[in-house]
Amino acid sequence: MKSYLPLIIGMGLVTYIPRLAPLLFLTNKELNPKLKQFLQFIPYTSLSILIVRGVLTSTSDMLLPTFVGIALAGIVAYFKSNLVLSVLVAIAASFVVINI
Amino acid sequence: MDMELKTKIKEGTIAALPVVLGYLPVAIAFGLLSKNSGISLGDTGMFSMFVYAGASQFMALDLINAGVSAGSIILATFLLNLRHMMMTASLSIKLKDVKKPLLPTIAYGVTDETFSVLSFNKEKLTVPFVLSVNILSNLSWVAGTFIGYLMGEIIPSSLQSSLSIGLYAMFAALLFPQFKTEKSTLYLSILTAIVYILIYSTNLFTSGWDIIIGIIISSALGVIIFNRNEEVKEN
Repeated sequence: MKSYLPLIIGMGLVTYIPRLAPLLFLTNKELNPKLKQFLQFIPYTSLSILIVRGVLTSTSDMLLPTFVGIALAGIVAYFKSNLVLSVLVAIAASFVVINI
Repeated sequence: MDMELKTKIKEGTIAALPVVLGYLPVAIAFGLLSKNSGISLGDTGMFSMFVYAGASQFMALDLINAGVSAGSIILATFLLNLRHMMMTASLSIKLKDVKKPLLPTIAYGVTDETFSVLSFNKEKLTVPFVLSVNILSNLSWVAGTFIGYLMGEIIPSSLQSSLSIGLYAMFAALLFPQFKTEKSTLYLSILTAIVYILIYSTNLFTSGWDIIIGIIISSALGVIIFNRNEEVKEN
């Protein structure tokens, strides 16, 4: 069997270094308020993008289950604020939709 | 163990639950697919331990099967995961007072999912909380990979698919309650969705760049639009 170790190490490094660098260079630094606000918006913008991307890139048979799961999770979380419950409801609903 | 440490670890464990729940089936699918691609058990496990990035691991399997060179796969991985740089930059504001030698350990565990859980955590981030979330998530990813490699066939694919939706559901479940407390975050999310759909539909950017450019443009627009009448909140 072929060894993939060089590939694994390469992929590991290009994944780890970008995760590490900002923590080392930005933690405990006084940031410009505009930059700080920009960084504080990233959780909202990145999550919105990941959600939209999940729907846009899902295969045709997974489009509806994905959409239903995301929508239900959002609605349940909005009213109940219970993360685990929201995720479980979404999984159950998608399972039902996939099997219809 | 003192009470506060215990509480923090317990809170971290609860916060990690949805990530663990979402990671297991996806990691199982990765282990199974990796086995079907003729990759050894050891290498498959090392993919999940050393790379620890779901989308790029699946992409790597596709590219390996298509006969793409290692260099090109590494470059594609870099582009796809560069978004984590934006995420750890954002986390750095919440990790004040954390001792420098701990940062490399924390950085290893930052994924889309752990980042979401950590950044929407109401209280101040503490090291025991962050490490509990990161370690449990990572363990479920690695354990799932081995489970998938060794016994993936017995889990029906419709169950795997619906469980993997759990990750997107978690993103929504973290994001939506934020809209209640601050209306502007709802507008920011809608704005971001529109920006990303526009970027995606132009087809100008490869996977990875589209996410990074989307994050930069929409966060910058957010600063321009919402920064005028709002004070920067202290975390």
